[in-house]
Amino acid sequence: MGKAIINDLPVEFEEGATILDVAKQVQVNIPTLCKHPDVVASGACGVCIVKVKGTRKMIRSCCTPIGEGMDIITHDPELVATRRTVLELILSNHPNDCLKCGRNNNCELQSMVSDFGIRDEGFKKVVRDLPIDRSTGTIVLEPSKCIKCGRCVTVCQETQNVWALSFLERGVETRISAAGDIKLGDSPCVRCGQCAAHCPTGAIFEQDDTQNVWDVLQDPDKHCVVQIAPSVRVAVGEGFGMKPGTNLTRKLYALLRRIGFKAVFDTNFSADVTIMEEASEFVQRFVYKKGPLPLITTCCPSWVDFMEKFHTDMIEHFSSAKSPQEIMGALAKTYYPQTHKIDPAKVVVVSIMPCTAKKYEINRSQDMFSSGYQDTDYVITTRELIRMIKQSGIDFEHLPDEDSDHLMGDYSGAGTIFGATGGVMEAALRTAYNFITKENLKDVEFMDVRGLEGVKETSVTIQGSTVNIAVAHGLSNVEYVLSKVRQAKENNEPLPYHFIEVMACPGGCIGGGGQPYGVSNEVRLARAQGLYDDDESCAVRYSHENPFVKKLYEEFLGAPLGEKAHHLLHTKYKPRPEYKR
Amino acid sequence: MAKLTMGQLDGFKRKKSDRPIIRVGMSSCGIAAGAKDVFKKIYSELEANGIDAELMRCGCLGMCYAEPLVEIERHGVSEGVYGNVDAQAAVDIIQHHLVRGNPKAVEISKYRIVTSEKQIRIVLRNCGVIDPENIEDYLANDGYQGLKKTLTRGVPEKVIEELRLSGLRGRGGGGFPTWMKWNFARGVQADQKYIICNGDEGDPGAYMDRSVLEGDPHSVLEGMIIAGFTVGATKGFFYIRAEYPLAIERVQRAIDQAHEYGVLGKNILGTKFSFDLEIRLGAGAFVCGEETALIASIEGKRGCPVPRPPYPSVKGLWGKPTIINNVETLANIPVIIQRGGDWFSKIGTKDSRGTKVFALTGKVKNTGLVEVPMGITLREIVFDIGGGTENGKKIKAIQTGGPSGGVIPEQFFDTPVDYENLQKLGSIMGSGGMIVMDEDDCMIDIAKFYLGFCVEESCGKCAPCRIGGKQLLSILKDISEGKAQEEDVLKMRRISSAMQKASLCGLGQTASNPVLSTLQYFDEEYRAHIHDKHCPAGKCSQLFNYSIIQEKCRRCTLCQRNCPVGAIPGDREQGYWIVAEKCIRCGQCFEVCKFGAIQR
Repeated sequence: MGKAIINDLPVEFEEGATILDVAKQVQVNIPTLCKHPDVVASGACGVCIVKVKGTRKMIRSCCTPIGEGMDIITHDPELVATRRTVLELILSNHPNDCLKCGRNNNCELQSMVSDFGIRDEGFKKVVRDLPIDRSTGTIVLEPSKCIKCGRCVTVCQETQNVWALSFLERGVETRISAAGDIKLGDSPCVRCGQCAAHCPTGAIFEQDDTQNVWDVLQDPDKHCVVQIAPSVRVAVGEGFGMKPGTNLTRKLYALLRRIGFKAVFDTNFSADVTIMEEASEFVQRFVYKKGPLPLITTCCPSWVDFMEKFHTDMIEHFSSAKSPQEIMGALAKTYYPQTHKIDPAKVVVVSIMPCTAKKYEINRSQDMFSSGYQDTDYVITTRELIRMIKQSGIDFEHLPDEDSDHLMGDYSGAGTIFGATGGVMEAALRTAYNFITKENLKDVEFMDVRGLEGVKETSVTIQGSTVNIAVAHGLSNVEYVLSKVRQAKENNEPLPYHFIEVMACPGGCIGGGGQPYGVSNEVRLARAQGLYDDDESCAVRYSHENPFVKKLYEEFLGAPLGEKAHHLLHTKYKPRPEYKR
Repeated sequence: MAKLTMGQLDGFKRKKSDRPIIRVGMSSCGIAAGAKDVFKKIYSELEANGIDAELMRCGCLGMCYAEPLVEIERHGVSEGVYGNVDAQAAVDIIQHHLVRGNPKAVEISKYRIVTSEKQIRIVLRNCGVIDPENIEDYLANDGYQGLKKTLTRGVPEKVIEELRLSGLRGRGGGGFPTWMKWNFARGVQADQKYIICNGDEGDPGAYMDRSVLEGDPHSVLEGMIIAGFTVGATKGFFYIRAEYPLAIERVQRAIDQAHEYGVLGKNILGTKFSFDLEIRLGAGAFVCGEETALIASIEGKRGCPVPRPPYPSVKGLWGKPTIINNVETLANIPVIIQRGGDWFSKIGTKDSRGTKVFALTGKVKNTGLVEVPMGITLREIVFDIGGGTENGKKIKAIQTGGPSGGVIPEQFFDTPVDYENLQKLGSIMGSGGMIVMDEDDCMIDIAKFYLGFCVEESCGKCAPCRIGGKQLLSILKDISEGKAQEEDVLKMRRISSAMQKASLCGLGQTASNPVLSTLQYFDEEYRAHIHDKHCPAGKCSQLFNYSIIQEKCRRCTLCQRNCPVGAIPGDREQGYWIVAEKCIRCGQCFEVCKFGAIQR
């Protein structure tokens, strides 16, 4: 521990801690526009400057490690004036579009400008008129609103290892774009939306599909049903000032019904169905040696896209089970209309997801039309849902709790933890154990696969056989896991893993690209805890014991991996070019 | 050629001979001026007259104003330097100087160049002397003796001690003590360390490094190898901008020859020490001269600076301890080691030891490369070495430090040049660009030029530099067009201050220096532009009018005939006048008038 002084107050610090972080000890928040807890400081904005007594220079607190005996001033008239000028300069390079910007009232630049009380245009506007890139259909790039903080580029390149985004040109002409100045839709972008979730302004934004949803809700010829992904319930409250992790499942059911959905289903239910199929697949491969190991999960469309572009040699290892969203879509246009005597052509499936890539998943291949129609019609993210709630005028917080529509609305605890990294693995193991041993696990919680460690490795013994597993989240962590598999295959060594779970976003879906802004590891842990608490409070904690899942198989699907299940609930993968040109 | 051992290094000394040596300056500047043709002409002339002489190409002799240059030497003594040599002159010089043996012949006296004695050539010791493409010529001139001494002693600390004694400071502009940098890197434990030569010279009007690389590449190589031995690095990179093709070619040849002769590569001069070098080309971004941006560029990333600390000497290229030294700094090293730090420290001033190479350009008669001891005054450089202005106009100021520096007005020309003094005057030493301005130069225009350069070259990463520079430039443009208000000056000061304090790297921190220094010293010019809407130097075309002083006009019609837009009506009877609405302020009339009858 070292000792230093900030604003005349003593502080203690660990080697390497930055001035910005240590200042929080003495209740000082040094303003910054580019530093985000998830990314390494780039020093781009120049707002977080501080002074060290005895030196002439102002230094950046975000990236300067505090040193032994340093005597630091974070606020004095000169510092504040300099910050204000820098902020005015940034503002002069930013369009005055606030009123109709998606980030209005939720923009880091806007709120800092407001805090500094900047009331007039200090300098001439120098804003480039740059085209908006909507080519991904999921993420919208509006480079003229970019303040060049570099967060998106860092998460795209470092956290996700996708390298779709980069800075182009130099000086005041600098702009963000897909690398090589192509359309983002033609780039390796996997649409994870981490760029949008980390953008301090409205420069990268989810494609807004809320109006489409309002339109179909108003259409008398349509029968709209909805599904809610696991991690939405523990994050949506943040849009209304609630703590991350607050579970609002039953209020969401009530809300969606009032908004006009004819049936309210839960993606947690279809997550249970995914487990039925995926666990069966694992048993087939692990016990009966039918198919190669390791088996790799495929619930995450960004991961699927990433694999199809960069790891095509792993295609045979991919679980063919569709993601919960697509399983729900397929069933909502077959099973549901059949039991309720509705024309499936009239059914519209809307899903509420923490994810921008889910917007891409709904038509990623012909298999997403297994019902004879597009299985899922519209995807809105948690952030879009928050806007819809606010538009609806419904007092969300004070809504009474309601139940979902039972047919496909009731879920097990295994289904709900899908939203956190390690959750799919945990849920699958609970059911696979039963499928192999015909008994249920006594201790259902696999603590080793929980938490935010980038790669989690552990093993489980089932009937005397060891199952080696790995859980990776954040696409940059995939390389480590896959290279171990490749190496073992090449050298004919025993497999390092039998079962691998990958989620593209750090933390899993709770940290998805469509979730409310302001994510950090603290927030991720709180949201995940919300899901684990939900699991714990569930009467049923195994997917295979969900009575409505059992009913679905008895009345409609037959057996897992059976013919009907295969047609509706499974998909195929193919290599895709990294660049479309 | 078998690899050399320590002892064999000394076997290349030239033997005394009566054979004259004829040198032709063949750096980029000489070649551009026609040195290749001169070289060929001399060759054929020597053949034709059966003269036994050694004709050799050499690097830059420094007198750029008089390229192509030819020097004739005999018995180790120069018998004369000839400038502005063309094919005819080459024939004349050979005829009179060598064939007839009359160096003082009137016919060739007009080509003779007399140089000032105020220069001391340490860095440029071999430039214009040796053939840069022949390692044996370098070896003949004490080449690799510094390396030999270093390896013979085998004690890295000794090198650092010599450097500390010498007082050598980084010649790239920062002036950081070289020994300290080396000592930091030496002190860090690492499995790999790197030496980088920063040859990304980019200041407008500066070409010191290019001339050294073209004229004496081995001395830089030797400096790098010594650095490698001292800090424990086995690998080095020469970062040279791609716009220097000849420098790249000659450095590559030097590397190849050094390999061949065993002074580079595995087991250098038969010792256990191994060191290798590679060239990396810069794509022309000025900011890549900043060390962290340079490292990013070598690593294949976008050339943008990153925050320091950690400093490259601790964590640099690919995360390993890295020494980055400028070309000129490295070229100093072999001599310092060979002749001792004590010898070097006796040159220059207390805090700035040794010499500095400057590229003297602008409104000065003798433009070129000069190497002077620290502590010399600006006046000596501009007038004694540079010869003052060509047309007798009054010198107004000098810009040092390139775009990061500032202007120094004539009243401060008696200041001794060193790192601290220039900083006190609001400029910097920089890498060595010196641009002389006379009364025809408008200071707003000058500030606009330098700032425009930095705006163009900003990497775009940090907000203060990226946007601040652009805003400053926009205000300067307004001033030059008569559209600015008094408050704009305050805005400029506010932006400049924010850029200095909050920019990430040196480029942004110093980009406003030309603005601040012109504001400091030429306030009245700003006021004239802003209040009187008048440009006193007649540069800002929207802020002055040309008119004819009737009393002086001899009605020769030269102005009328030269006006490209027909803005000068009149006849011999009525006289001539300039129609301001038509005039495009090209200045043709002003230039051609022989009677000084045109005023602005």
